[in-house]
Amino acid sequence: MQPLVSIADLRVAFNGVPVLRGVDIALQKGEALGLVGESGSGKSVTWLAALGLLPRQAKVAGSVLLDGRQILGAPAAELDQVRGGRIAMIFQDPASALNPVLTIRRQLSEALALHRDLSGETVKAEARRLLDLVGIPDAARRLSAYPHEFSGGQVQRIMIAMALAGNPDLLIADEPTTALDATIQAQILELLSSIRREMGMAMVLISHDLGVVAENCDRVAVMYAGRIVEQAPSHQLFADPVHPYAQGLIGALPPLDGPRRRLTAIPGTVPDPAHMPAGCAFAPRCALAEEPCGLAAPTLVPIANERSVACVRAEASRRALLRIAAE
Amino acid sequence: MNAPLVAVSAISRSYSMRSGMFGRAAAVHAVDGVSLTIPRGETLGLVGESGSGKSTTGRIVLGLEPPDHGEVRFDGKPMAAPGTATWRAQRARMQMIFQDPLGALDRRLPVGTQIREPLDIHGLGTPGEREERVRELLRDVELTPAHGARYPGALSGGQRQRIVLAQALATKPDFLVCDEPVSALDVSIQAQVVNLLCDLQAQLSLTLLFISHDLRVVRQISNVVAVMYLGRIVEIGLADDLFAQPEHPYTQALVSASPAPGRRSAGRIVLAGDPPNPAARPNGCAFHPRCPRAIARCAQEVPVLSAVGGNRQVACHLVTGAATRDAA
Repeated sequence: MQPLVSIADLRVAFNGVPVLRGVDIALQKGEALGLVGESGSGKSVTWLAALGLLPRQAKVAGSVLLDGRQILGAPAAELDQVRGGRIAMIFQDPASALNPVLTIRRQLSEALALHRDLSGETVKAEARRLLDLVGIPDAARRLSAYPHEFSGGQVQRIMIAMALAGNPDLLIADEPTTALDATIQAQILELLSSIRREMGMAMVLISHDLGVVAENCDRVAVMYAGRIVEQAPSHQLFADPVHPYAQGLIGALPPLDGPRRRLTAIPGTVPDPAHMPAGCAFAPRCALAEEPCGLAAPTLVPIANERSVACVRAEASRRALLRIAAE
Repeated sequence: MNAPLVAVSAISRSYSMRSGMFGRAAAVHAVDGVSLTIPRGETLGLVGESGSGKSTTGRIVLGLEPPDHGEVRFDGKPMAAPGTATWRAQRARMQMIFQDPLGALDRRLPVGTQIREPLDIHGLGTPGEREERVRELLRDVELTPAHGARYPGALSGGQRQRIVLAQALATKPDFLVCDEPVSALDVSIQAQVVNLLCDLQAQLSLTLLFISHDLRVVRQISNVVAVMYLGRIVEIGLADDLFAQPEHPYTQALVSASPAPGRRSAGRIVLAGDPPNPAARPNGCAFHPRCPRAIARCAQEVPVLSAVGGNRQVACHLVTGAATRDAA
């Protein structure tokens, strides 16, 4: 089956400094993919680059196919159909994405007029339906309210409504709940999954929170320093991570039940993009690193059905994990 | 006997807030009758959502603002009036670290100078001793003396938080209030700082008040955890026990909302509605409009925090039942 979106060897450099160093992603229709990684790992840049949303000084190379059509470097008119129409995006800070001096109705109507060619009464009805869909109580009246009259969780619901205005096939949610309180985060994630199921929409959930991604996605890709280092179905990744970085991330998460243990912190910090180490970018922080790690950057290699990992020490890493589990 | 280092009894603090330029001033009860004790060398975790009053509690405990009612006792003595010599001596023994290390540091001064500042202010040691102490502090937070010569902008987020920690430890305090100290850090760096805090606490026998919205981090570091909702403590108990078996419906929702790898969201308690506005606190139990199990009594009567066996105290009519009627 042809994937909905297929990204191949996507590379981005800002002022000659590479920040995305060859990313491949294939996304099927209706699939939920999670992207995890620390700040600066390239999770957001991947999708900003794919949708042509980066500033002009960014050098983008590679290929992004939507239903088999190249959209990387496509003319603006074509991209305008894709952005907001086929692929919609929501961000961490919803308040800054809305215009504070326009009513919610104006902003929703604008999106509907642009992407769905609706006008007059149908716009109003559709705007109301969208607000209902995202669970804003008293939608008819609240349409004439301004963004500041809503709470943080409600503003994020409105952003989701706007993203849904174009009936997208893919929703990219970039840290959609990071700025929200725990109980509100649970509401928004629940809303996203139920809408995704109802509309058969694909979703990319970008988050630094492993738990959020694990619970809401079918498949997870772990990014480090501009590359995907491991890809697996989410339950497998968390039960049995192979890449030492993925293991480190999971070990660094304090448990909520069971005995307390000392956290296995990954030593050091993420490398400076301007001074990337030769070979594997994680090697300087990796406990299992050996000489070959410094020679060439490992590529993603399939290790099982639907699983791939970019690590030359993958076998040793797996054995180390089994030994820890046995102890 | 292990007398508590910090004893907070029934502190309240309200602010007056206007809605709009001509609106009527309304009192916002940020903290309402909070009592806590922290034994020497132990950690009390304070969790809650934004607006629950956890940061205000921290500021009052530290004497950064006076409570309207109630009292804070530090090492058996009441907090001295701000500005007095006794107050300065007390304040040297208690320090605070915040979420945003960049906001707490001066970008135009080398970090080593900033670590030395508290020593200069409190006049501790000779200049030579102070330099030595700065080097020692940098080692304590697992940095090198070379880092001391750098400016905040040249350090990573985790390193900056270590500098803030070194600065807080400079006067050898007994008590540290940490307000969301690791929330802005990436997971792997967060683990480094949490481990460092645990180690330093053991080495220096520090007493901590650890404020965070992150249940996992709080559990990792705390002996006792208190859950706050809209200015009041709704549940308090031993860390492991509290998260394993939360009694208050709000704590149950919080624990259930905390995402866990390897668990699907099935069976999760999703609360309806938003956290209420502190300026318009609901009558009765503040949580009742969102509570899935609320009964008529919850809307009328404020539940009192009462013991429910073991080390647990809960403020909920459904949990404590008739016991609260006598107390109220």
